[in-house]
Amino acid sequence: MNCPECDATLKIPDDAGVGEIISCPDCGADFEIVQKNGSTCQLKHAEKVGEDWGE
Amino acid sequence: MSKIRIVFDRVRAEEKMLKEKAIELGHDTKMIDAKITRLSTESKRSDFDFGDVVLERCVSYFRGLHFTACLEFLDIPVINKFEVANICGNKIVTSLMLKKHNVPTPRTYFSFSSETALENLEKVGYPMVIKPVVGSWGRGVVLLKDRDTADAIIEVRELSDGPLDRIYYLQELVKRPSRDIRVIVVGDQVVAAMYRTSSGSFKTNIALGAEPIACEITKELEDISLRASKAVGGGILGVDLMEDETRGLVVHEINNTVEFKGLSRVSKKNIPKEMIDFAVKSAIK
Repeated sequence: MNCPECDATLKIPDDAGVGEIISCPDCGADFEIVQKNGSTCQLKHAEKVGEDWGE
Repeated sequence: MSKIRIVFDRVRAEEKMLKEKAIELGHDTKMIDAKITRLSTESKRSDFDFGDVVLERCVSYFRGLHFTACLEFLDIPVINKFEVANICGNKIVTSLMLKKHNVPTPRTYFSFSSETALENLEKVGYPMVIKPVVGSWGRGVVLLKDRDTADAIIEVRELSDGPLDRIYYLQELVKRPSRDIRVIVVGDQVVAAMYRTSSGSFKTNIALGAEPIACEITKELEDISLRASKAVGGGILGVDLMEDETRGLVVHEINNTVEFKGLSRVSKKNIPKEMIDFAVKSAIK
């Protein structure tokens, strides 16, 4: 599928699942996989790293 | 077989490892995205499929903390408990609990205004380390070598609008080798330990590129780590220690949703397995 930001081709690994983050190799935008049906994924912009993120 | 649920907001390697291990061990395992879950005062346990036990693994501390409160409202066992998450997510509360339970910890000074933060620094003396009260991965941790650095950092804090920026956590710079120790405690067991060696900076977070090296679990390390875990209420925790030149081991931080990707590369024990086995013991029977 293509990057929603810059239209580059996104290669999503077969074992990637919902909740994982995909980065576009061209524009660097991060997307979260919100749905996956076989090779079809629905993406949304990933949340920015928050101040309270971590362990 | 237990019903294990892993609550997440972003799936990291750790959440994948936990899920895979739980499935491999034959448990009914599901991932639950906290971001799309709706809860209320009217919620009932039967409205959801939270299983027999939940591993709360949100990368956002506040999201995970409040989600845990909701789960406990529904009488669902959560690892870690709200009270444990509440203590470990706040460095001041953690330091206080460690000291209260006689767990060796670095000398730490608290101020509630920029003026008294500077007074603390002048009185105790430089260098000191300033850390955000809430935060992880070494972000916002700064070595204050002198008054000029302190003025700059405090001014930046004053300009920001975060309520926690008005609370100052100042810690002695512990004289130690350029490494610290991360220990994973699961229940009443130390399951793994590693040295995290700094790659130049005084900070030793794996998130900043520190190299994990296996660390022998000595009796002393085991004892202090278990006492630290107990001091904050126990569960699945990442205890961070430094080797002080004169006092020996001191605990400076305890992590509530411990990351273990680096440690699993050097650990003899299977960390996700230990965590899942512990979760099963905590599950509704």
